[in-house]
Amino acid sequence: MNLFCIGLSHHTANVAIREEFAGNATAESIARDAGCAEALLLTTCNRVEVYGVSNKWISTDEIARSLMAKPNLSPDNYAPPFYRYEDNKCVQHLFRVASGLDSMVVGESEIFGQAKKAYESARRSGAVGPYLHRLFQRAFRVAKQVRTHTDIARGAVSVGSVAVELAQRIFGKLSECKVLVLGAGETSERTTRALVSRGVTDLRVSNRSLDRARELTQAVGGRAVPFDDWAAQCREIDILLTSTASETPLLTSEILAPMLWHRSDRPLFIIDLAVPRDVDPSVNELEGVYLYDIDSIRSVAEQSLALRRQQVAAAEAIIADHVTEFVDSISRGLNRASQPPGHSSLGENPLHASEL
Amino acid sequence: MERYFLIASTFCFLAAVAHTVIELRTGVFRPGRFNFLAIALGFIFQTAFLWIRGQELGRCPITNLFEVFVFLAWSVALVYMLVGSAYRLSLMGVFTAPLVLLLQGLALIAPIDTRHPVTVPANSWLEFHASMSLVAYGVFALACIAGVMYLLQERQLKMHQLHSIFYHLPPLTSLFAAITRLLWWGFALYTMGIVSGFFTGHPLPRIQIMAAIALWLLYAAILQARHLKWLAPKRVAALCIIGFSAALVLLWGITFTAELHHVP
Repeated sequence: MNLFCIGLSHHTANVAIREEFAGNATAESIARDAGCAEALLLTTCNRVEVYGVSNKWISTDEIARSLMAKPNLSPDNYAPPFYRYEDNKCVQHLFRVASGLDSMVVGESEIFGQAKKAYESARRSGAVGPYLHRLFQRAFRVAKQVRTHTDIARGAVSVGSVAVELAQRIFGKLSECKVLVLGAGETSERTTRALVSRGVTDLRVSNRSLDRARELTQAVGGRAVPFDDWAAQCREIDILLTSTASETPLLTSEILAPMLWHRSDRPLFIIDLAVPRDVDPSVNELEGVYLYDIDSIRSVAEQSLALRRQQVAAAEAIIADHVTEFVDSISRGLNRASQPPGHSSLGENPLHASEL
Repeated sequence: MERYFLIASTFCFLAAVAHTVIELRTGVFRPGRFNFLAIALGFIFQTAFLWIRGQELGRCPITNLFEVFVFLAWSVALVYMLVGSAYRLSLMGVFTAPLVLLLQGLALIAPIDTRHPVTVPANSWLEFHASMSLVAYGVFALACIAGVMYLLQERQLKMHQLHSIFYHLPPLTSLFAAITRLLWWGFALYTMGIVSGFFTGHPLPRIQIMAAIALWLLYAAILQARHLKWLAPKRVAALCIIGFSAALVLLWGITFTAELHHVP
């Protein structure tokens, strides 16, 4: 029995090539066209991969052709970006993919859900049999273990998620936080949505155009505040998210310092996404004020990525253990199934048995 | 015999510290069950030591500086086990273990386990006063540890330099709430300890009384300033560290003068 993975990803092909092979086939059609005993198609924005089990050799060209929108193209046009993993390497590759180690943003968790969805879809169509079932169930287990036992998924890597993560590190639950959004543009809208998705309910939006502020509150909740009143809100709020087109800083230490007397035991988290900046950098020196501009947020995202990269070795070690154990268990299971009662000799490892 | 229990306990705390150091060196900082289990086991051995020593002495085992250090280490571990999990401050164990290790290591290495002839019969008020004060010190130690955690987290947020430990420290507001509660608990226990000292029937050196009241006033001032919001959380956290350092100096002074006067 041959186990293989044939595919292309952001490592080997650009988006133009990837989209040539995405969305044209199903696990069922691949199993039928290529003659696989079992097949599973994993398609995401960064990869198109076919996991298959077959009794005979199946070439990369056959799989590539079954994935193509225009199967008449010459193999020279599509063969180079495809990679092929077999047996242990295939198991290892899937475990790495499910754990987010092969992703563009190392440790991202979206791939886990996408792999689950692909598995469910292939299972429903009947393209998944006992081998791929066991392989994918183990892959999901490995991915969970990697996330639990390493820091691979720690830290935020986008502006919105960094802002949310920092807010949670300061305040804990965000449901009790009062947030003022200054400037109702697209940039602040994305981050506001991220904050609202984590439980923020007391939201105030202030914009030079009150209508635009009202539009944003209609989209994400909260209430509009006249632009002239925004500074007074700093006495009450916990988080200030600012992104206006102002050429000069709107908030300085001189303006903010007197207001802090009324809120000495409550921190103030300021996210300044504007360029030029809306908040004077000296504000960060005030006690209890944590100011993050766009550069410092990017720096936090980079630190998170570096932290994730540090965890790759630990994750690889977990995966290596599981690959060995999984291949052994599969071979033991197959040996037992193929032996007549009373026969004691062991057969060869089925995942190595065929010359692929 | 009981010394072996203390050595075993010290090794448990050493294991917790070594585990943390190894994790920090590899860049993976994950406060897990290991620290809690090591501290719990260390606490059991500490309890065994104190129980055997207490049986031997026929009184609460706080008759010399060695026993006082061990009793204080025991109080710190006890309060951590009671409070650490309740306030979801599992990481506190990472900071508690080195403090306990330091106290016990010092007690074991320094030649301070000198037995004094028992000149005064066991006095329940005196024992209550001393043990309650030491448990209060244990609570202040935990407040000090929470203060260190607060300052660490605050500095990382302020400097925009987030290390692996950042993601495992509790939120600033939770830490500050824990500090406040610990200060109130420690203050209440310390007040009971001081008040009970007046019922012991033994004349205590005036300097001891003055120093103990000064420490009580320091914590009362911190709490009052916190209550009236005169102090920013960062300053309260820093004062917790200063307060506990003062408490340690006072403890050493009290035990030292008590040993001079052979008062148990």
